[in-house]
Amino acid sequence: MTEPETQGSEPAGAPPPPAVPPAAVPVPPATPAVPVNFANGEWHRLHPATPLFRGGLAFIAIIGVLLVNLRDRLVSVFFGADRGGLPRTGGDFEADAIDYIVREELVVLALLAGVGVLLLLITGFWLSWRMHTFRITDEVVEVRSGILFRTNRKGRLDRIQGINIGRPIVPRLFGAAKLEITVAGNDANVPLAYLRGRDADALRQEILRLASGSRRDGVAAGNAAPAGLAAEALGQATAARPLPAAGRVFDARLTELRASEIDVDLIAPQSVVRMNPGRLIGSTVLSDTTVVLVALLIGLGVFVAVTGELLLLLTAFPAMIGLGGFLVARITRSLRYSIAATPDGVRVGFGLLSTTNETLPPGRIHSLKISQPLLWRPSGWWQVAVNRASRSSQSGAAGQQQTTILPVGNLDDVRAVVQLLLPNVAVDDALPVLEHGLLGRGNDGGFSISPRRARPLRWFSQPRNGFAVTDAAVLLRTGSIWRSLTIVPLSRAQSVSVYQGPVLRALSLASVHVHTVSGPISASVGALDRDDAMRLFDTVAASTVRAAQTDTSHRWSQQ
Amino acid sequence: MLWHRVSPKYIVVDMIGTLTFGAVTTAVSFVPFWLGWSEGWILGAAVAALFVLSLTLTPRRVRAIGYLLRDDDLLFRRGVLFQRFVAVPYGRMQLVDISRGPITRAFGLAELKFVTAAASSGVLIPGIPLAEAEELRDHLVAVAETRRAGL
Repeated sequence: MTEPETQGSEPAGAPPPPAVPPAAVPVPPATPAVPVNFANGEWHRLHPATPLFRGGLAFIAIIGVLLVNLRDRLVSVFFGADRGGLPRTGGDFEADAIDYIVREELVVLALLAGVGVLLLLITGFWLSWRMHTFRITDEVVEVRSGILFRTNRKGRLDRIQGINIGRPIVPRLFGAAKLEITVAGNDANVPLAYLRGRDADALRQEILRLASGSRRDGVAAGNAAPAGLAAEALGQATAARPLPAAGRVFDARLTELRASEIDVDLIAPQSVVRMNPGRLIGSTVLSDTTVVLVALLIGLGVFVAVTGELLLLLTAFPAMIGLGGFLVARITRSLRYSIAATPDGVRVGFGLLSTTNETLPPGRIHSLKISQPLLWRPSGWWQVAVNRASRSSQSGAAGQQQTTILPVGNLDDVRAVVQLLLPNVAVDDALPVLEHGLLGRGNDGGFSISPRRARPLRWFSQPRNGFAVTDAAVLLRTGSIWRSLTIVPLSRAQSVSVYQGPVLRALSLASVHVHTVSGPISASVGALDRDDAMRLFDTVAASTVRAAQTDTSHRWSQQ
Repeated sequence: MLWHRVSPKYIVVDMIGTLTFGAVTTAVSFVPFWLGWSEGWILGAAVAALFVLSLTLTPRRVRAIGYLLRDDDLLFRRGVLFQRFVAVPYGRMQLVDISRGPITRAFGLAELKFVTAAASSGVLIPGIPLAEAEELRDHLVAVAETRRAGL
């Protein structure tokens, strides 16, 4: 699907590569024989074209626009072609700085000033690249940056919540990628932007290996794969020698663009969940947002038909544009969605033109919510969201990517995703409980539900509203119209509370809240029988302590 | 094991707080009356009555606050009408905060906050004598260290 497109962009994409080498001359041209081992504890620099990607391109574009606009004038200045309009009226001179400069014969001075500013900017960009260094030791990842105001950021490897590789469209064309290491905390990221795509992949693997706590002798094995890869790439390069250098680089870029978001060698194929385009479009059209907007538009249409105020139709345009943008963004983001298990955690990939893929080490999911909007029910679609200890600044369409792990999927997909994300929760014994949590009602599958006297508070959902506790997690089932199931792994629960206000007391009910790190999911269930609630409270309090003591997922490979 | 209650002096502290807040709110709610709305005094009177009621309930509310140091977790309770129990495993502690305002300091009290990675845990024990608060803090830190868990 994407191939015709990337090929189609070939003529459009062709000019940039030749443009790169001049910009990147000080460094050896794009392909070093072996990828650098960035994780050796020494200080390293980022991709030399980094300044270009971080605003340099916009800068060049501005200069380009300026040059195009001034072309006529430059021609007239340098070739003395007499422009008829030049000695027109006095008013024009004042309005036009260029005319003024020409008049006053300040051309040389103006050019010098322009070149000076340009040099200053380029030096600034170059210095900021030069001063931006990072290193990865066995314990921490550390970044130093800034020219005048130096910042130094350190992240502890055993607190890594995820590693994100982002490829925005322009750097992607140049084969660069952005690596973002998220550690626990609000927006506590250590971004490394930008690196060569291949280096970024190798570095991620190396950081995860260090973080997993497996010993140093794994290094040889860890390096063997990238080295082999490089040798292969080198072989290809020599085979393709007749090609001119630029062509070869371009060829490599094209392969990278077409390549699947996930490294096929690393994953077990049966663990992969991919997006079905029809389902994606269908689910987007049937989402609550769309329905509300369409209802609003219909309402507006009726109003206009009744009152005959056609001008009111204009007010609908912003809504239409917004809706269109939302739908397109959602679809293009999720079209190449995939999730798969790798040895060092679950990898989630998104994006069509700008891609991101993130590796979540084991035990980083603090709670998980499976929900189903009303309109998805006939087709049996579900959505999975998670709470995590880190909040990345790299949020995609409406912040969707960071918390929505599965945009839409059927029951099998949900089961696979839960098994990937919470492997010790979704053991074989627990799968039936999970299924009852999604579809069931009543006491089946070990669920305790609200008593009948809770009807005034849970009109429709009373037979569904309840909880179950398995060995490794607590499952909270709520909602009958908008069904949802919240799973909190006991090894991640921070605390638990039980609450009773006057209304609940009158009905002899209580509600329970399992506290996790903040996020879109609030794990609570209300209107439980008082004794059930106390039992749940005591069970969760005791098992949380037990689970936390046996949990070793912060160093997941350590024995 | 027994529930630790907060100091009875905290009743006075809480009452001073309620009185101050109540006086200001009552004054504000009388503004419509002064501006010429003749039935406006009902609003002001209602607000004042609410605060008086709250004031009379303060001793019971303060006596309901308590904490229990169990083997592996801290149990905290508060509320009479709106009751809440929280159980926090010691290993989940991220930090302990002791803070003292001017009024609490005048009474020799302190407020201890047990912070976990979850913002909603909300364990805030008010009205502990300073010496006891510091002792409790050191105890919590020591216990948490032996039960250190991941996030």
